[in-house]
Amino acid sequence: MFEKFFPYLLAGVSVGGQYALIAVGYTMVYGILRLINFAHGDIFTAAGFFMVYIAATMPLYIAVPLVIILTVLLGFTVERVAYKPLRTAPRMSIMISAIGVSYLLQNLMWYITGGLAKQYPVLPWIGDTITLGNTSTKVVTIVTPILTIALVVALVMLIQRTKIGMAMRAVSKDFETAQLMGIKINSVISTTFIIGSFLAAVGSMLYFSNYATVTPTIGAMPGLKAFVAAVFGGIGSVPGAVIGAFIIGIAENIIKALGYTTFSDAFTFALLIVILLVKPTGLFGEKISEKV
Amino acid sequence: MKKVIALVLAMMLVLSAAAMAETLKIGVFEPASGDNGAGGKQEVLGIEYAHSLTPTVEINGVTYDIELDIVDNQSQTDKAVSAAQTLVNDKVSIVLGSYGSGVSMAGGDVFAEHTTPAIGCSCTNPSVTLLCDYYWRVCFLDPFQGTVMANFAKEEKQATKAYVLTQLGDDYSTGLGFYFQQAFTALGGDVVTGEFTEGTSDFTAFLTTAINEGCDFFFAPSSTTSASLIIDQAASANVTFPIAAGDTWESSVILDAAKGKNVEVYCSTFFDEKDESSTVAADFVSGFKAWLNDNADKKTNNGGNDIVAAVSALGFDAYNVAIEAIKAAGSPDPQAVAAALPGVVYDGVTGSISFDENGDANKDMAYIKQANNETGEFDFIKTQSVADLG
Amino acid sequence: MKKSTKNFINLVLLALLFVAVWLIERFAGASSMLVTVLKKGAIYAVIAVSMNLLNGFTGLFSLGQAGFMLVGAYTYAVLTIPVAKRVAVYQMYAGGAIHFQLPWIVGILLAGVMAALLAALIGLPVLRLKSDYLAIATLGFAEIIRAIIQYEKLGPITNGSLLLKTYPTFSSVLFPFAAATICIGIIVLLINSTYGRAFKAIRDDEIAAEAMGINLFRHKQMAFVISSFFAGVGGALLAMYQGTLQANAFKSAMTYEILLIVVIGGMGSVTGSVLASFLFITASEWWLRFLDSEQFIGSFQVPLLRSGFRMVVFSIVIMVVVLFFRKGIMGDREFDIEGIAKWCHRRFGKGGAKA
Repeated sequence: MFEKFFPYLLAGVSVGGQYALIAVGYTMVYGILRLINFAHGDIFTAAGFFMVYIAATMPLYIAVPLVIILTVLLGFTVERVAYKPLRTAPRMSIMISAIGVSYLLQNLMWYITGGLAKQYPVLPWIGDTITLGNTSTKVVTIVTPILTIALVVALVMLIQRTKIGMAMRAVSKDFETAQLMGIKINSVISTTFIIGSFLAAVGSMLYFSNYATVTPTIGAMPGLKAFVAAVFGGIGSVPGAVIGAFIIGIAENIIKALGYTTFSDAFTFALLIVILLVKPTGLFGEKISEKV
Repeated sequence: MKKVIALVLAMMLVLSAAAMAETLKIGVFEPASGDNGAGGKQEVLGIEYAHSLTPTVEINGVTYDIELDIVDNQSQTDKAVSAAQTLVNDKVSIVLGSYGSGVSMAGGDVFAEHTTPAIGCSCTNPSVTLLCDYYWRVCFLDPFQGTVMANFAKEEKQATKAYVLTQLGDDYSTGLGFYFQQAFTALGGDVVTGEFTEGTSDFTAFLTTAINEGCDFFFAPSSTTSASLIIDQAASANVTFPIAAGDTWESSVILDAAKGKNVEVYCSTFFDEKDESSTVAADFVSGFKAWLNDNADKKTNNGGNDIVAAVSALGFDAYNVAIEAIKAAGSPDPQAVAAALPGVVYDGVTGSISFDENGDANKDMAYIKQANNETGEFDFIKTQSVADLG
Repeated sequence: MKKSTKNFINLVLLALLFVAVWLIERFAGASSMLVTVLKKGAIYAVIAVSMNLLNGFTGLFSLGQAGFMLVGAYTYAVLTIPVAKRVAVYQMYAGGAIHFQLPWIVGILLAGVMAALLAALIGLPVLRLKSDYLAIATLGFAEIIRAIIQYEKLGPITNGSLLLKTYPTFSSVLFPFAAATICIGIIVLLINSTYGRAFKAIRDDEIAAEAMGINLFRHKQMAFVISSFFAGVGGALLAMYQGTLQANAFKSAMTYEILLIVVIGGMGSVTGSVLASFLFITASEWWLRFLDSEQFIGSFQVPLLRSGFRMVVFSIVIMVVVLFFRKGIMGDREFDIEGIAKWCHRRFGKGGAKA
């Protein structure tokens, strides 16, 4: 019985790890700006395309850091151009701006690639096949959850122990008070986007090493699921997002294992609605009371 | 201001249309982007090659220049409707395409409404012609293709239990999977099914289920985008069963995915470039290869090599059938062309083409090929005709 | 101006619009792009106004529009396919489970009713959620609805994930215009009633509205159900326009598109949504299409132009509107005789005074 389920669990943990790296970006941005950054999934896709094009002309030891830098720059630019001017606007306007950016990025990638699928380059070692018991899989499947957890622990340390981390926590608690205390809001927000984009870039390398096809809309579904994971874990909470991502990754593979393949995506959303109704702020979210 | 811009644009369109006299338009309704973009481009190549050989047609003593009006239906049924409307608005005499059955059905409705005939090149779902009086086609149908592959699984591979993986919302995939399943169970085999949604990247769960269920054949009719993921993950999972699909998999994408990996990949298709029994076909293959090698961007559209895809051959045939129909009609008027089409008989690259009462070509031959893991080319395995199936 | 005079002038303007549309169809030809975009624009207008009722007038941020359109479209198509053609349409399900055909008008009404019923059901739990959470929950429901419709076991009814076609469609552009006029007319009447004022009160301040004695949940539920009813009708009209129907097209991207229309038109402006629908459809399907193919000015080839460029330009335009014209075309004003009079007054009245 366990032997039969083991491959599904393995796939679930691996997928969960990739969702987690995207989900952290969502949850941090939401924690600070109260914004669902719909463009985050597209930044993840863009990181994939950066690698496709850069690795075609440059060796990998240059390509990998360059992809990360470009992705971070993209995330930073998106925030500065599309979200910063709307800082004082109603929240709905920023959310619509996020949808607009996502629409623009997808169309831009569509235009540049001609709307065709591209093959992701093979990264050495993590693309190799290994055998565990009687299951064969790629090395990346095992590496993903380990790397994810290491990165998240580092991130939590950053948030808890450093000055910029403290500033982030202050801004997410109370935007205006933090500003009055002399915290440079804009640089804190930019840092958040930079961290989120960095994790999305790493996530995209792991994801596409496993599933080597990049299309302009490939990030939409993982993006949406990572977002669901963030809400599930309690949006604003980094460990919550990671746990949520692993639960969703494993759950959707178990659904597939049981034969309900049509509903593997729908199940994710059903889970989301149930958690929203039972505990609207998610597993680890803080209760927010409404001010009059 | 907006009105002025609109007016200027409208004028530009009118002027560009009015500048040329004695031309007729042939619409090309194919995906250039989306899941089926790669295949659609190859089909367009066949049409463009045919156009380069026959750029004019003589009707009642008047020579008409033929202009190809190519639109992108983006592999999506909702986008296909507006792409089809663009063609109708441009007043094309006849439409060729599309790669992919779903978009053909969606476009077919628009063509029928404006009485413009269309010739499908490689859309294999029966409904394309069955539910549309203005659609004809030059390839075989899915019930036949599904039966061929089921027989192949049963007879050649001694399979007893097949896993059938189809894409939700894709008429081609769902239809072909269904006909395979029907034929395979009729032959006494068992079938396990799975469906994936558009944009799925992770196929390990489906492959694991196939392994756990003890399946010895994996049938996955799907777009080439999904195919490369399936093949790659099957290789990583060390599967022992053969993986097979229909005509969409006859593509260099599949060859690249299977190259250097330990997987058996089969597909059925319409045409074999190495078959030299017909001179028409041999001429086409050598001419088309030369044409590709002369045009760098055409070669890129073909996937960067000069392997002749069956869909290119079908595009070539469809163009020539359209020319025959226009000649027979004696007029570029769409309705006259539609009336002349049922009577057209043409000896094409993919065999002799004549239409039955549904508008389908009377074709009964399928080629089964295997992707060679070392050379990165297709190896011809066998042909199968309706007569063989009994 | 008296209210009755204003209504009269607005009605005359509407009648003139119909005459103009009729003339266009008469002289531009049924296959012209102008007629095509007018048809689709009218249908999108219904859908956009129904979304505006929820997002702009009641302040409920719902992203479930595509789901309700899907239910409406499928209800219509499934019930109106001619019995004789069912064997061919339901090729994998032996003709399907339904062996009757309803008239199209009943089909359209039932499309709305089904969507409304579903909304009532979904509304019970989700309308208790606040802003963003409501948006995500409705988005999730739309995705679930799509998966259920594509479920193979429901194939005898919905044809699984295969196309539906051969149901009755329309050919004249006057049909979608008439349907849109009726639907939008009803929504306008609702907005101008006491219920409409309660909706706006909820939008402006929920807690104050509750203190004024407005039953929050009942009014939210009402707005949600009515909006979904018209989304369902709009879905049915869209199915008629396309001639074929597949659940796959009703993705969250479709909801985003409609939301963008509402924003461009102006949250809280019915005529804004209508104008934006026509502009959006015309620009994306027609005016910008030349950007997708290579163009020559003399022998000079214009750079950048190739497949996909149209959508890039289009999305940049949208971003500009979102960033710099936050209130959209109309803000929360209306484009009727009163609005025109006020605008003229502001524009020329003031200008005259200054000069």
